[in-house]
Amino acid sequence: MKRWQFLAPLALFAVLLGFLAVGLNLNPREVPSPLIGKPAPAFELTRLDDPALKITHADLKGQVWILNVWASWCVACRQEHPLLVDFAKRSTVPLYGLNYKDKRNDGLAWLARFGNPYKASLFDIDGRVGIDFGVYGVPETFVIDKQGVIRFKQIGPVTPEVLRDQIEPLLKQLNA
Amino acid sequence: MPKFLLALLALCLVAAVHAADAPLTSAEPELEKKMLRISAELRCLVCQNQTIADSNAELAVDLRKQVLDMLRSGQSEQQIIDYMTARYGDFVLYRPPVKGATFLLWFGPIVLMVGGLATLVLVLRRRSRLGNEHFDADEAEDITTAARPAEPTR
Repeated sequence: MKRWQFLAPLALFAVLLGFLAVGLNLNPREVPSPLIGKPAPAFELTRLDDPALKITHADLKGQVWILNVWASWCVACRQEHPLLVDFAKRSTVPLYGLNYKDKRNDGLAWLARFGNPYKASLFDIDGRVGIDFGVYGVPETFVIDKQGVIRFKQIGPVTPEVLRDQIEPLLKQLNA
Repeated sequence: MPKFLLALLALCLVAAVHAADAPLTSAEPELEKKMLRISAELRCLVCQNQTIADSNAELAVDLRKQVLDMLRSGQSEQQIIDYMTARYGDFVLYRPPVKGATFLLWFGPIVLMVGGLATLVLVLRRRSRLGNEHFDADEAEDITTAARPAEPTR
């Protein structure tokens, strides 16, 4: 026993190294959302393309749908946008946009330029609905089930891997 | 280098000028003071090492506004904290609640300190029981020995 005592500091160091390795590989920007598994917050917003038309959370109940938070000033949104446009073409799951703290004309021009994958975009000018959804880094993407419960949240741009390995299997499962 | 420092200073000044814009209204100094106190407990998620009170990120400005609005409508500090944690999780709190997952965070330092002190006491007590032959003799406090270069080892 005594003979191996000199290894104790080394073992301690190994444990410390393990902790540091895990710490380095965590992404501090990905804050686990407390909203997963909770009902999506209530909202009532006008459509981006028509200030006279309102969409509320109740209108979207009973179906699986995706909410993508975007803005024309958001550079990372441009990165994920082609993926969403492509997704909207081949999927039947409705994709709604939340146009976050944007100007109506800027948002519409952005969609005209880069393509519009959204069934409709909700116009959240002061970001209140964004706060209710716990949005802090645009783009963010939520998957909401038929009961209106948030099942998945992606912070930052959706990548092809996330779409293929996480979102699409989840949609299939929820729609089964 | 001086140019770089100057640029840095200029940036600081810009930040300071912006910081002066932070208060929203001065018509309600009491509420505002309370708002700033609550915001100082909340982490800004955009710039994670700042509080909502300190940050000028847009989200922080919005959240300060939200806190002020909630105070105006007569909500308590606890209600506001609950509102924030319901949306952003315990992560927004600079003082996370004591529970299973945060146990190590809260008591880790104390455990480390007690462990370190215990080790120190154990080592000292063991050494105090050892005989003189376990220790090197004190070196003579002679200035000539100290000043003399070390003898070559044989």
